[in-house]
Formats: sequence, structure tokens, C-alpha cells
Amino acid sequence: MSAATGAATSISADAVSPVLEMKGLSVCYSGLVPAVAGVDFKVNPGEVVGVIGESGSGKSTLAHAVLGLLPKSANVTGERFVLDGHDMLTAGRDDYAALRGPAAAMVFQNPMTAFSPLHTLGRQLTDLLWRDRHQSAAEKRERIIAVLSQVGLPDPASKLDAYPFQFSGGMLQRVAIAAALLMRPSLLIADEPTTALDVTMEAQILHLMRELRKTSGVAILMISHHLGVIAEICDRVAVMYAGRVVEEGTVREIFANPRHPYTRALFACEPALIESGVSRLPVILGEVPRPGGCGCSFAGRCSLVEERCHCDSPPWVGVADRAEPHFSRCHRSAP
Amino acid sequence: MTSTPAMIETDKLSVSVPSGRWLPFGKTPTLDILVEVSIALRVGEIVCMVGESGSGKTTFGRALVGLVKPSAGRIALDGVALPDFTSRSFRRVRSQSALLFQDPVTSFNPRQRIGSIIAEPRHITHAGSTKREDIVGLARKAGLAEQFLSRFPHALSGGQARRAAVARALSVVPRLIIADEPTAGLDVSVQGGVLNLFLDIRDEFRTTFLVITHNLSVARHIADRIVILYLGRVVESGPAEEIFRNPQHPYTKALLDSEPVPDPAHRREEPPVIGEVPSLAARPKGCEFHTRCRFAQDRCRTEAPIKTDVSPDHQVACHFPLAATKAASIPNLRLVSR
Repeated sequence: MSAATGAATSISADAVSPVLEMKGLSVCYSGLVPAVAGVDFKVNPGEVVGVIGESGSGKSTLAHAVLGLLPKSANVTGERFVLDGHDMLTAGRDDYAALRGPAAAMVFQNPMTAFSPLHTLGRQLTDLLWRDRHQSAAEKRERIIAVLSQVGLPDPASKLDAYPFQFSGGMLQRVAIAAALLMRPSLLIADEPTTALDVTMEAQILHLMRELRKTSGVAILMISHHLGVIAEICDRVAVMYAGRVVEEGTVREIFANPRHPYTRALFACEPALIESGVSRLPVILGEVPRPGGCGCSFAGRCSLVEERCHCDSPPWVGVADRAEPHFSRCHRSAP
Repeated sequence: MTSTPAMIETDKLSVSVPSGRWLPFGKTPTLDILVEVSIALRVGEIVCMVGESGSGKTTFGRALVGLVKPSAGRIALDGVALPDFTSRSFRRVRSQSALLFQDPVTSFNPRQRIGSIIAEPRHITHAGSTKREDIVGLARKAGLAEQFLSRFPHALSGGQARRAAVARALSVVPRLIIADEPTAGLDVSVQGGVLNLFLDIRDEFRTTFLVITHNLSVARHIADRIVILYLGRVVESGPAEEIFRNPQHPYTKALLDSEPVPDPAHRREEPPVIGEVPSLAARPKGCEFHTRCRFAQDRCRTEAPIKTDVSPDHQVACHFPLAATKAASIPNLRLVSR
């Protein structure tokens, strides 16, 4: 942690401030192509927030922006972008490097490609602790073994000399989660962590993430296109479409009472929610448009489209009659 | 359905591969990928094959058309058994079947345009016209607009590439389509389109489908029959509706319960099954699922279960199948009413 403090400008570090806060955040590729257009987003300490959307909705770009993993051609702009008390809008390469690990760490979709095939897991995990020069090799080893047993890897000490190919996908994903937790981050970003796994392993990994959140209090940003996964572990969910958050609220509220037509269409397509015996499965026709442009980005595919949807940007309004927080970006949900 | 003749059927089909450890004397050890799989695919039926990775489901699909050479057993096409497993014998099966590979883009030649990819099977077999308007018609049948025919494979989205693969498969009017994970990597908003297409093709041409998937909610919507594989063995098979309503094998039950339910009010406390698929090189003794089964008893550890009939079309290989009442008391894949 010591390396990180002072690396980027400290803004505020009291307990109640969010781990991640974005206001009007936009990401443009090559200065022309927007991928994320004006996102307001927040993750509080110890909270599990889900981001859901189709491919091309900008959810991965958002996650990569947090860790500074975007290619050089990407340009991040916005009003406010704070990670763990550090202003990321002014952060340079070194600041990002210092925050990766202590502030936020990431678990990727494919555990098989997350590790180097040439080195043992023990070596790769030890390398992650390069900042802690005051610790001896034996202490680091102890730390690694502790984290590996925390993620439920049987007999962790013997696994340190093993190579990634000797593990199954599920086990490697556990090791990847351990690697992310090794630096005790405040925020764990999981980008489709179970998509490459079998359903049985998916259930176990989700269970593990829920336990970790309980025991270590880490906040989790869960990116997925699978509604079941989001329902299983998230507290809050943001629905992204064409680079914007179109609906946000507590997971119970969004799943019980989706307001935005896109969210509703997404729910209608989920095979697990469709009664058996339906002969034709619903689809959302058309494709996700490029972010930006005027009017509502979902207007081209929306079944409830009106004239104003094509020309005016819809307002971000709270759904008034609900007890739990719930916001939607739709003309029709505006009062 | 039982009166419908089988289009293709397997009898105790096994696939073994040398395991790599060469010993100077005696037999080379082998890994059994598929063990005595007997399945009949009836004309116009959609059969879903479900199992975890490593269960041999992809191998079965490939063995049916001879892309993997079976080591034992029998394959019969329209009731006539193949004399042997040489490439020449499989030609009879291959001329009537089409394979949809898991990743359509990598199954296309990256330097060939989509239109020519779709027409290629006709060029090879001289079956049907390769005129542009006929190829456009084929693509349209698969839900692909004409403008995509002049594109290269990399310029298609996942759903479009999948449709192009279906159009290529349809070009020779196959009687059997083997689809390996047809919805993997597709957004929910488009996967329904691909599955609807399968149903349409089946209704129009009475095509038989073998759909290999690990997604049970997909299987629930399109399958007539479901076959559950575990470590290369069929553990349960039966009509889809019955498997979902009344699963008999604890493994089937575990798979059904593992599917996350999109309802935050129904979160699971514990994962339905823990641990991983055992290695094929060290198969457990007795019932192979006993290492992960929560109902396992002493008999399961020593004695391999044989297949028994639950109902005429529903078989299970388990010593202690879940009784109908017990299965009903454990929450199944719940439907959320809204």
C-alpha cells in the first residue's frame, strides 16, 4: 500500500467514500470512436456491483479503464474518476502501475491464458509480491499458501511447483482469484469470470466469490452477460447499452421491476426465464449501434419507440414509486 | 415418437486413444474417451447431448461422421450397419450430414468470401446449383442478408458467422446436422435466433439434429430428447420434458441445479455439486460419479450400475435413482413468474 500512497493525488480516504467513482466518464479510441460515453458509476466498499450488457456495450472497456489496461489509442476523459481515493484522470503510467494490485485487481475470462505457461505458479505468484522487498522469500511463500487455501485450493503448498497446464480451468480460475487477492485490493474486477467454465464449476466459483466478499470485505465489480450470474451474487446492477448505463438499481429491484425497454428485452430473451413449450424464442432484432450520436441509442431496436426517442437524449431519472434506488434512462420512465 | 425410424444409431460405440505412456512390453495403455454409447437419433428429432467438459460429447459428434475413429461398437445408418470404420464407409454418413463446429469463424477459410464458403459443398458434391441467386436464397434461409456474401469471415459478428455456417450446412440438404455448442459465445439477444432457425429447418426438411451443449436452458427449449454424458458414459437419457421434470440420476439433478437462476430471491446457499470431473486416466471404481455424489453409498463405490428403464424411453444408470418424490422436494430449475 505504501508505494501507492502519494503516487496519484490523494483526494479523500475516509471509510464511507466509494472505492470507485466515475462521473461522466468517456473512453474514445483514436479520438474518434467512442466506446464508453458519459458513464456515472460507483462501487462502495464491500459491495458487489454487476455490469450487464451485450457484446459491444462497453462493459469490458469500462473495466479495463479502471486498471489502465486500455491501448494507447484510447483516450479517457470525464468529470471525475476516483479509484480508492486516487484521481485517475491525472494519473500517469507509473501511478496506474502502483495502484494495480493494492487498489484494484482483475480476474479475466479465460484462466488458461492468464498465466505464463513457462513458469511455475509459485514463481508467478511470488513475482506479484515484488513490491514487498522487506519480506523474505519464506514469508511470501506463507502469504501465498494462505491465499491459495482461502480460495479453496486443496493442498496449496504442493501446488507451488506445478505449471498451469497441470490444472483444470476451474482450479486455475481459483488461482487467478488468489493472485488478484494477494495484494489485498479494495476492488476486485471480474470480467466474465465463469464464462469459460462448466456450470458445475461456475456455481462453485460464484460461491467462492460470495464467501470471499464476506470474509475479506473486498468490493467486487462483476462483468457478465449472463443474468443468472448477476442475480446470484450482486447487490446492485448497472445495465449498459452502447457505451451508456441505461438502467441501474439494486439487483432485487431491477430483476423484479425492469423499467428500461432494453432491460426488459434482455430479460425476455433469457432462456431460463422462458416457459418450456414456447415454440419460438424471442430475439432483439438489429445490432448494438456505435455509442454516441443523438437521441436514445436503443431507439433503433425498441418496440416502444416514439418520435422524441430519435432526436432527444432521454433523461436519467429515478423511478419514483419504488422503495429501493432505481434509475432508468428512458423518455417513457420520465414523469 | 417411438415408431419413427432411427436415422442413425450407435450400438456400444467406444473411442479409445493411446494415452502416450509407452511401455516396452505388453499393451500400450489407452484412455477411454467414450465407453459403450448406444443412442438412436430418430428422423426429425432434436437430441441434445449434455455434460461437463471432458465428458466426451464433442468426441461423440465427431465419431458419428468418422472424424474420430471409433475403436469398438457399431454405427448403423437407416438400419444398415457400416461394415467397418474406414473413411470409405463413413462416406455414406458424411454425404448426408453436416457439422457445425464450435467456433464458426475458425472453420472458415479466412481468405475466402462468405458466398463462396457457402457454395463450396455444392462445388465438391455437384449437388445443387452454385448460381449466385441460389446461394443468396440459401443464405436468406439461414437469416443472412445478401450483403454479407461478399464479406470475409472476420468481418462477421458471432451470430452472423453462425448463420453462415448453417447456410453452408444447408447447401447439401443434409439429413443430419451435428451442432457443437451452437450458442457458445453468443449474446442472449441473438442466440434465440439461431435456435429458432434449427426448429424451422427441422420442420421444413425433417432434419435430424444432434446438438452438443452444456447449456441446459438451451436444451430445455429445443430438445426432444436429452442424453447426459459423464466420463464418456451415458448416465441418463430420455425425453427432454421428463428429464427436466423428473431427473433420476443425481448428476442430472446436480447439472440442473447448477444453472444459475436469474432471480435474486432464489440464491443458492451451497453449490449443488463440488469437486471436478475425475481424470479419464484414473476412473473411479464402481459408479464413476460416486466421488461427487451426495447420495453415494457403499454399493456405489464397488459396483458399476447398469442401465435400467424408468419409463419405456427413459433410462438411467444409477443404483439409487432419485425417486419422483425426492426430486420434487429439492428445488429444480425454477421458473420465475413475472
